[in-house]
Amino acid sequence: MPIVFLILALFTVVMAIGTVTARNLFHAALFLIGAFFGVATIYVLLEAEFLAVSQIIIYIGAIATLIVFAIMLSRSMMGREAGGYNRFWLAAAVGAAALWSLLAWVLTTVSFPVVNQPVPADAIFQIGTGLVGPYVIPFEVASILLVVALIGAVMIARERHRQR
Amino acid sequence: MDWSQIDLRMVGALWNQAWQNAGITPPLLTVINWVVAAVVLLLVGLNMVIGLIWLERKIAARIQDRLGPNRVGPFGLLQTVADALKLLTKEDITPTEADRITYNLAPALAVFHVLMTLAVIPFADGVIGADLNVGVLYIVAFGSMGSMAALMAGWASNNKYALVGGFRVVAQLLSYEIPLVFAMMIPVLVAGTMRMNGLAQAQGQFGGLGWYVWVMPCAFFIFLAATLAEGERAPFDLLEAESEIVAGFNIEYSGMKFAWFFLAFFLNSWVLSAIGTTLFLGGWQGPFVDRIPALGVVYFFAKTMVMFWVLAWIRATFPRLRIDQMMDFCWKFLVPLALVLLVGTAILLKLGLPSPFDGLALLVWNLVLLIGGFWLLGKAQHRAVYASKRAFTPQLPRL
Repeated sequence: MPIVFLILALFTVVMAIGTVTARNLFHAALFLIGAFFGVATIYVLLEAEFLAVSQIIIYIGAIATLIVFAIMLSRSMMGREAGGYNRFWLAAAVGAAALWSLLAWVLTTVSFPVVNQPVPADAIFQIGTGLVGPYVIPFEVASILLVVALIGAVMIARERHRQR
Repeated sequence: MDWSQIDLRMVGALWNQAWQNAGITPPLLTVINWVVAAVVLLLVGLNMVIGLIWLERKIAARIQDRLGPNRVGPFGLLQTVADALKLLTKEDITPTEADRITYNLAPALAVFHVLMTLAVIPFADGVIGADLNVGVLYIVAFGSMGSMAALMAGWASNNKYALVGGFRVVAQLLSYEIPLVFAMMIPVLVAGTMRMNGLAQAQGQFGGLGWYVWVMPCAFFIFLAATLAEGERAPFDLLEAESEIVAGFNIEYSGMKFAWFFLAFFLNSWVLSAIGTTLFLGGWQGPFVDRIPALGVVYFFAKTMVMFWVLAWIRATFPRLRIDQMMDFCWKFLVPLALVLLVGTAILLKLGLPSPFDGLALLVWNLVLLIGGFWLLGKAQHRAVYASKRAFTPQLPRL
């Protein structure tokens, strides 16, 4: 098991580094998809199938497609290689280092409540009943947020149409 | 020979016993089993395509009053083999300005996402690559990767037709994924499980004939329509509309790389038929399957082939839609219909009617939506046709 984890973790890290260092924006997006996929495989190792599958649906199926689509629409078709660095590189590096040290500090000091039991067989059933049972209000609030975003996107698209 | 004694799981037990006798114990044996299962699925999937292409060409030819392939081998059976050999020996052309890595990765990804889906398809009771408890979601997840492959191919070819094909991929596949998922959720709601084998098991009433298609024809219709779009088939084959964008996202591909897209297309159609069979047509369920489990494989393949035949039938007879008509059909018809159906089904299940009435109520609700939906669609279509007629002859009265 540690060997499998090491291979998958290495894959994810290489993909993540590729995302940051790729000079071509489209390649960076593809590396990002690889990193998302690597994270999904690590979820599978943790026996969190639902999380893994959701990761693929949401991040690869929706968000990555959106990113790629945005790149395809906004950039010239190909050949133009953007540099990986601009004048904010120092600020970005400091921010990333600060976030990393914060996460490292949190993960090493906080003791997470871990139940030393195998994953229940009907975990997905429990997630489902939880979402429409005790956690129905947060679930609905999240869906209202998404509807607001959806209507906002439609309105922005409409506004431009009327001006023409 | 006593046929009732043949259990497919018994073969697995014998197999495991044989390995253990040879001194190979569980950790290694599990790895061997997974590898063998994966290789078998891969080979079955890839080799079946040769037959499927021949079958679809023959069906289309018969429907259109032609003969179809009939020169190579008996009934033209070896035509696809000859075609595959031809494609293998063709020159592999990469456009100079293409993005090489992405260009080469796209055909592999296109086949990969379809092959991954084969893992959760139950060919018979318990004969399944991996009976995940998130089986249906798994299918959706890998289905959504298909649009990524076409998008990569369209972008990396550095060709404007390919790029337009890529844009159409996003528009079509992402839009039709929504009604597809809603339609797949309805059997899941009724069965109360997302395991593919569990879904097939749940349809075993009435001696193996309690298929969900009898009680939810509307959900099956939505699934079928969305399947046609997800499988990039006519009337929704806008991504490769020859008359509009030459060949769409795979225009620059030649030789074996084109063959990979072709393979992914046919295998995807078959896999979608298999998913439809499992969700709505009872999967491996059928008469006497509880006594002779080996019959399950026969039933499964027979039903999947019937569904594949229906897809080929539709492809051979329907003309291609315009892109705006296709989007309208999805967002203004299928999505609202699927949403209303899903909410209504959830309420019906919450009512908890006694046994024969819950199925009947579901059937009535489905029929009401199906007939009502088509009535509204017909009315809207009539109005649109009349409006376009009136634009040319203004003396016609207002509707």
